[in-house]
Amino acid sequence: MSSSACATAGWVAARARVRDDRTDRPPRLTLDVDIGVRLGTLDLDARLDVKPGELVAILGPNGAGKSTVLRCIAGLLAVDRGYVRVDDEPVDDPAAEIFVPAERRSIGVVFQDFLLFETMSALENVAFGLRARGTDKRAARRIAGQWLARVGLDAYADDHPRNLSGGQAQRVALARALAIEPRVLLLDEPLAALDAGTRSTVRRDLRRHFQSFDGMRLLVTHDPVDAYALADRVVVLEAGRIIQTGTLADVTAHPRSRYVADLVGLNLIAGTLTDRTLTTPNGGVVVVADHAEDGPAFATIRPNAVALHRHQPEGSARNVWHLTVADIDQYADRARVTLAGTLAVTSEITAAALVDLDIRLGENVWASVKATDIIAYAV
Amino acid sequence: MNFTAPHRTAPHRMNERRIGRGRLPVPALGLAVVAIAFFALPFVGLLWRAPWADTWNVLSEPAVRTALRLSIICSLWATGLSLLFGVPLAWLLARVDFPGRGIVRALCTLSMVLPPVVGGVALFFALGRRGLFGQYLDRWFGIQLPFSTTAVVIAQTFVAMPFLVLTVEAALRQLDRRYDAAARTLGASRWYAFRRVTLPAVRSALIAGAVLAWARALGEFGATITFAGNFPGTTRTIPLSTYLALQSEPQDALILSLLLIAVSFGVLVGLRDRWLGGGPGAGAG
Repeated sequence: MSSSACATAGWVAARARVRDDRTDRPPRLTLDVDIGVRLGTLDLDARLDVKPGELVAILGPNGAGKSTVLRCIAGLLAVDRGYVRVDDEPVDDPAAEIFVPAERRSIGVVFQDFLLFETMSALENVAFGLRARGTDKRAARRIAGQWLARVGLDAYADDHPRNLSGGQAQRVALARALAIEPRVLLLDEPLAALDAGTRSTVRRDLRRHFQSFDGMRLLVTHDPVDAYALADRVVVLEAGRIIQTGTLADVTAHPRSRYVADLVGLNLIAGTLTDRTLTTPNGGVVVVADHAEDGPAFATIRPNAVALHRHQPEGSARNVWHLTVADIDQYADRARVTLAGTLAVTSEITAAALVDLDIRLGENVWASVKATDIIAYAV
Repeated sequence: MNFTAPHRTAPHRMNERRIGRGRLPVPALGLAVVAIAFFALPFVGLLWRAPWADTWNVLSEPAVRTALRLSIICSLWATGLSLLFGVPLAWLLARVDFPGRGIVRALCTLSMVLPPVVGGVALFFALGRRGLFGQYLDRWFGIQLPFSTTAVVIAQTFVAMPFLVLTVEAALRQLDRRYDAAARTLGASRWYAFRRVTLPAVRSALIAGAVLAWARALGEFGATITFAGNFPGTTRTIPLSTYLALQSEPQDALILSLLLIAVSFGVLVGLRDRWLGGGPGAGAG
């Protein structure tokens, strides 16, 4: 690695430059990444940016490559192609032979299961980064104590991580990451390791602590509730690709992947729109009332807009499909019936209707949807 | 009937006894008892014949005191050298994936299973005055290792270090490497992370490995007598004195043997939780 020495020099120069810039004009301070990595079966190719003060959530299923994005930004993994730029300065750029190792990036990470050092007290954990960066012991402990106080844990300074609750451990991990005053804060599934009971409290606490940090924050989660509660903007990552980006409201109103549609409980149908008729690759036909541009498009249907019938219905519904019952899921007084065939749609009906219709697995039923209940939008 | 959650203490044990778990078939139990007797009887014999009244006199003989002092100094040196070189070696074997790692590990722990005399012979031909490397030590630096106290330390380190290496390597393997990653994101260099995060995490394995290596060094006989010889004051350690005493003053040999047994037994009992996996805390450290 002959490039690391020159990369270091570049990094030092870059820091100096940034400091100078601050006095003249505010530089464009963002986290800007374009990550191309192949890792086992994962083929990651993702571009995203985070502005100062912004909290972006990467939302996606397990194995989508979310944590790999964080590892690349943190410097624990080098990108094969692309770049990672913090405050306009590259910290990883294979084309320019730049790679700044993790310990010289200004990036704080809160890991999924916090990874607090078991052999140290809470205070020593928080002081660790300062000590590693050369702060003397007394100053490091004093600053660490202030951070613990900020997250409300000054009374636990001498406790070891095993004596802390999950929520407390997370706050220590957050204090530890913030104590080095990073430009970027990365959080990997910050709530996944907590039990359901404490999650909402911790989520509220996190939100409060985030507000005191003015850097760029990037959060990885598979839980849309976290994204909703914490993030300004959502990036949906699936199978190594960014499918969608925007506010959570935008993303859920117009899902572009089955993953997001499932998250919000909508049926998502992809196909080609021609004159208000959407044709799927399987030959399914959906008539929409919405005006959308012709070409590749999505249609979403709320499950409770899908009516089921034993016999072919006669009426005003423009869409009538003959489909097979693939799954029935009953809860309380509602039932979700998953249908397969030329189209895959889920219908939500009352439990009473399920009994009346006498619907069973593997049988064929008729489903109908009014064109006005279908929302279509271009891909 | 009690179907509540099993306790770690009495109720659980009682249940185990009731359902007969842990009970051996009678023939196996008989053989196991014979095995225990096989290990216990020699020590019973020693304790029986030990001239307890003479113990203090024997231990305060000048020759014995000299041997004892030499043994302690050399074994502590060997332990120190084992730590200095063994910990980085364990780290290399545990963390760095290089071709031939299995061979290297076998080579570095060979002396555990090798007859110590063979180890001594090998050291002699490598580091002796006419040895492959020894001849240059002599010619260029005027250093002659064999039959010196340094040779005792080298022989002891040679047989003792593998105990430390294997113990520490196993502990390093079990560590979650993500803690390293966490340390690095906080600004720790690899060395700082190793010192402040990794080493403290394997502290109990370090202690266990060092104590085992020390006990092995203290009892070293074969490699020492072959490579370092048997000179009072410079290379005659307690095990060598014991062997020598057996021919002239068997009473002294008995007492010295008991001393070595007491030390070894103390080490094993002291480490049972940490290393030998017998105690209630097995696997937790």
